[in-house]
Amino acid sequence: MRLTIDHRTTYRFTAPQGRVVQLLRMTPRNTHDQTVAAWNINIDCDARLREHRDGFGNITTMLYAEGPLSGIEISVSGEVVTSSSSGVLHGTFEPLPAALYLRSTPATHAEPALAAFAQAEVEGRARIAALHALNTALHRRFEVVDGRPEPGLAVTAAFARDTATARDLAQMFVAAARAAAFPARYVTGYCDILAGGRATPHGWAEAWVEGLGWVGFDPTLGCSPEAHHVRVAVALDAAGCSPVAGSRLGEGRECLDVEVQVSGQD
Amino acid sequence: MGKAAFDEIMGASSADGARPELRELCRWLADTPDGELRRRQQSAETTFRQLGITFAVYGESDAGERIIPFDIVPRVFLADEWARLSEGLIQRVEAINAFLVDIYGEQKILRDGVLPPDLILGNAQFRPEIAGIRPPHDVWAHICGIDLVRTGPDDFFVLEDNARTPSGVSYMLENREAMVRLCPELFAKFRVAAVDSYPDRLLETMRSVAPRGCGGKPTCVVLTPGHYNSAYYEHSFLADSMGVELVEAADLVVDDDVVYMRTIEGRVRVDVIYRRVDDDYLDPLVFRADSMLGVPGLIAAYAAGNVAILNAPGNGIADDKAIYSYMPEIVKYYSGSDARLPNVETYRCREPQALKYVLDHLGELVVKLVDGSGGYGMLVGPTASSAEIERFRAALIAVPERYIAQPTLALSTVPTLVEQGVAPRHVDFRPFVLTGAKGVQVVPGGLTRVALREGSLVVNSSQGGGTKDSFVLMDEPRGMTQTMSGAGGTMTQTLGPGQG
Amino acid sequence: MLSRTAASLYWLGRYVERADFLARLIEATLRLDVLSPRSAGEDAWRTALAVSETADAFAAGGHALTREEVAHFLLDSSAHRGSILRCLAMARDNARAVRTALSREAWQAINGAWLIFDQRMTRLDPTATLNVVDAVKAETRGFEGAVHRMLRNQTTSFIRLGQAVERTDNTARLLDVKYHILLPEGERVGGTVDRDQWTTILQTVSAVTAYRWLYNDGLNPTNVIDLLLSRAELPRSLAASIEETVAALTALARASGTQGEADRMARTRQARVARTRTGDVIAAGLHQHLQALIVENAQLHDAIGRQFKFH
Repeated sequence: MRLTIDHRTTYRFTAPQGRVVQLLRMTPRNTHDQTVAAWNINIDCDARLREHRDGFGNITTMLYAEGPLSGIEISVSGEVVTSSSSGVLHGTFEPLPAALYLRSTPATHAEPALAAFAQAEVEGRARIAALHALNTALHRRFEVVDGRPEPGLAVTAAFARDTATARDLAQMFVAAARAAAFPARYVTGYCDILAGGRATPHGWAEAWVEGLGWVGFDPTLGCSPEAHHVRVAVALDAAGCSPVAGSRLGEGRECLDVEVQVSGQD
Repeated sequence: MGKAAFDEIMGASSADGARPELRELCRWLADTPDGELRRRQQSAETTFRQLGITFAVYGESDAGERIIPFDIVPRVFLADEWARLSEGLIQRVEAINAFLVDIYGEQKILRDGVLPPDLILGNAQFRPEIAGIRPPHDVWAHICGIDLVRTGPDDFFVLEDNARTPSGVSYMLENREAMVRLCPELFAKFRVAAVDSYPDRLLETMRSVAPRGCGGKPTCVVLTPGHYNSAYYEHSFLADSMGVELVEAADLVVDDDVVYMRTIEGRVRVDVIYRRVDDDYLDPLVFRADSMLGVPGLIAAYAAGNVAILNAPGNGIADDKAIYSYMPEIVKYYSGSDARLPNVETYRCREPQALKYVLDHLGELVVKLVDGSGGYGMLVGPTASSAEIERFRAALIAVPERYIAQPTLALSTVPTLVEQGVAPRHVDFRPFVLTGAKGVQVVPGGLTRVALREGSLVVNSSQGGGTKDSFVLMDEPRGMTQTMSGAGGTMTQTLGPGQG
Repeated sequence: MLSRTAASLYWLGRYVERADFLARLIEATLRLDVLSPRSAGEDAWRTALAVSETADAFAAGGHALTREEVAHFLLDSSAHRGSILRCLAMARDNARAVRTALSREAWQAINGAWLIFDQRMTRLDPTATLNVVDAVKAETRGFEGAVHRMLRNQTTSFIRLGQAVERTDNTARLLDVKYHILLPEGERVGGTVDRDQWTTILQTVSAVTAYRWLYNDGLNPTNVIDLLLSRAELPRSLAASIEETVAALTALARASGTQGEADRMARTRQARVARTRTGDVIAAGLHQHLQALIVENAQLHDAIGRQFKFH
């Protein structure tokens, strides 16, 4: 499958900024089932870009722009060719042992209710079946809503609601899987099944199954990612792999506008 | 305390008289009236107050700034004692460095099954964000303070490693200044190794780890959280005595993966940063996104090899209390031989058998929080009330993995001037170990902390401890000895006289 | 030198100077109040508020225009940024941030001034107020002396620059308020009230004796204006402050080998002031002249911030 991606992030500042420094996690890597055919990051002002790799193995880009800036627009466009392997990942770059992803973070700390929910789903099931059951159960439990997720919402609060965004579902999956002793992590990326013109990139999860490796789970869709997903970055939680971590030097507030278009062709 | 402790000047028990090498010191102590000692001690403390060598006490809103009490009676290490101690310190610090290189790189020690992986991977002090970064010259723990206790002439134990931002070196230097001024006769009697070259050695260490390709003269700075920090005096003292700028995060900018400081004449490139701020506040893009503090892009510049950071970010995994109990295994794994400096025997309460033992012997043990510091969250069994013991019992049962326990040691004592006159008081010791591109060196001196209350084993300044000068005696003609190890093994080098 | 260090030194100079000016203003106003009938006394305090640009803040606090209230407001109120207490707190904060760049003597003067206000003060009678004001003046004088004895390097140049810029502003406002705004209606220029007010001005800039030395004449408004405007012999005159600004900037330029926008502005201003005759200024309108100077001084302040990259 060939996926075409357009991802535009626009910051507008109420007061001009002296300078802007941002860390971008916006570049996908090749895996056995994902080949990046073309990828471009464009900035609408004079800026210096430097590519790095972070501890989780993600490709990061440092962006340095000198002011005065009243706004900045980051446009990412690219083409990725994917194939399906039933959610099982091959050829990912893994600098850290899977056991690291047993670690919880403030946003993914599973309180008793979520941990009990996880336990009930995995009880008596084989490992991979247990994770699929968990994925399906989460998908059924919540009404999926689009739009930008609430900043800083932790899984405990998210689990108490009736609706959930893709991010919250994925973080709940990660927390629940860890509570059941599976290493698990958050993934950001793109997916062409969801409605076009989204206000945020997609987020799902991956869990480590001994003997099988990393396996993807998308609780928003209630299935494992097939050829419709493009993986960009992984981390312990959503904040750890957000597409933009930014800092600016100047007064005022910022308004963020994000537009994501993904289209797929067989 | 019932057991007779080893007194570092008087020997095993006061009946035997002073240790032969230290009779002179004993005589000095006997010949100088208490009133005179007290007068000199007060004079030193007055100077410290004027200089503003103060610290803030946590949990005391009204106390504000205090000075740490200074004791006029020095603590003395003999030359051969010091030589053996230095070997042990160098071995330990080399192992800490090798451990950090490995744990943020290949992680051989985990693959070889020497440490339980979850001890590292599940530990918040292990920072996955910086895994894979190689600091310039592969040096991680440039400035280490190793806390030691002593129970006999050659019986030293490591109580704690400090591989993040150990403080206290300004006390080592200011205490010596005071002693030279107030008790010059002691320096005539004894050949004491000089410590005043510490700022030069630190600067040399900083320069040696500058990124390759920064030109002939690297620009070095000291990074402080600012003048409200309790250790600000030490930060400004070190910057001044090295002749480098004392910067705050807001003074630094990163552009194109290069660090600059903002001066009145424009940006000046910075090559080496001795930071006295915690990892969490180094770079908001990488560590704490909620923090307004820090230098955005600093870690990118560091990863690109354009700046050296002393000590390296992520070092907390090496001096974590949970790791401490595995240090003998870590030292053996990387050095190939047994640790010359042993640990204090430690019960890891995360292990059920150890927990059972600890719960059965709470009255004899010291129980510590794995993530506590400064003497807080600590139970000293022999002196604790039964209510305190029961409180810790409940806490241990609830979250055993947060605690370790150690037997109470018969800590050595040193004569100390107290209200009733000169009397033995328990001490510990923090020597400072510097690691640069060319090897490891131990500064011949350190910070001796003393528990001023009779029988007390708690030396923390926040709990009423004081400090003493620490003399290291020399065998050779008066000069400066430094022990350095490098690729060619350990060697001892003597510089010319006149430093002191 | 780090930009932050330079900014702290500059602001240290400004705040110490402002505290000192406020102390003199309170002292002189108290004297005028004691000498005057009731209504004129009230005017004296209103003038003091206008000169220190705190009239709005005072009105917002809803206080009565009495000696007690205004003296407290200007001296040790923590409710607004314009009191001596707040100025000294800011001075001390900036001094702490550059502690190691200052001599111990200079630091102790700042710390000592701040400690005057450490104990809780009750509302003060005139004598007690004068005592506090005297103590403040002694410490700021001590600071000035200590800075004078420090190494003549960038550190002292930035402190001097801050003091000179602040002094220019203070003297200009003092003169402007007196001349333009505050002669009570019905009072004759040269009358008793008027005379007392001119004396107050001389006291505020410590120039009573200097006036007698320089002008062999009775108290004459034109002479007082001339003294404050153009006699560089008087350290607090506009001519002297403007000259000192140039001197401090020149010392900095010599150290760095570069000059900028602030240097050009300060020199142009100095050359113009040197050519100015007091008679012409009065004829053309002193108020307009002083207002232009105040605006220009603020622009110079901004240019200094840009040139030395304070932000």
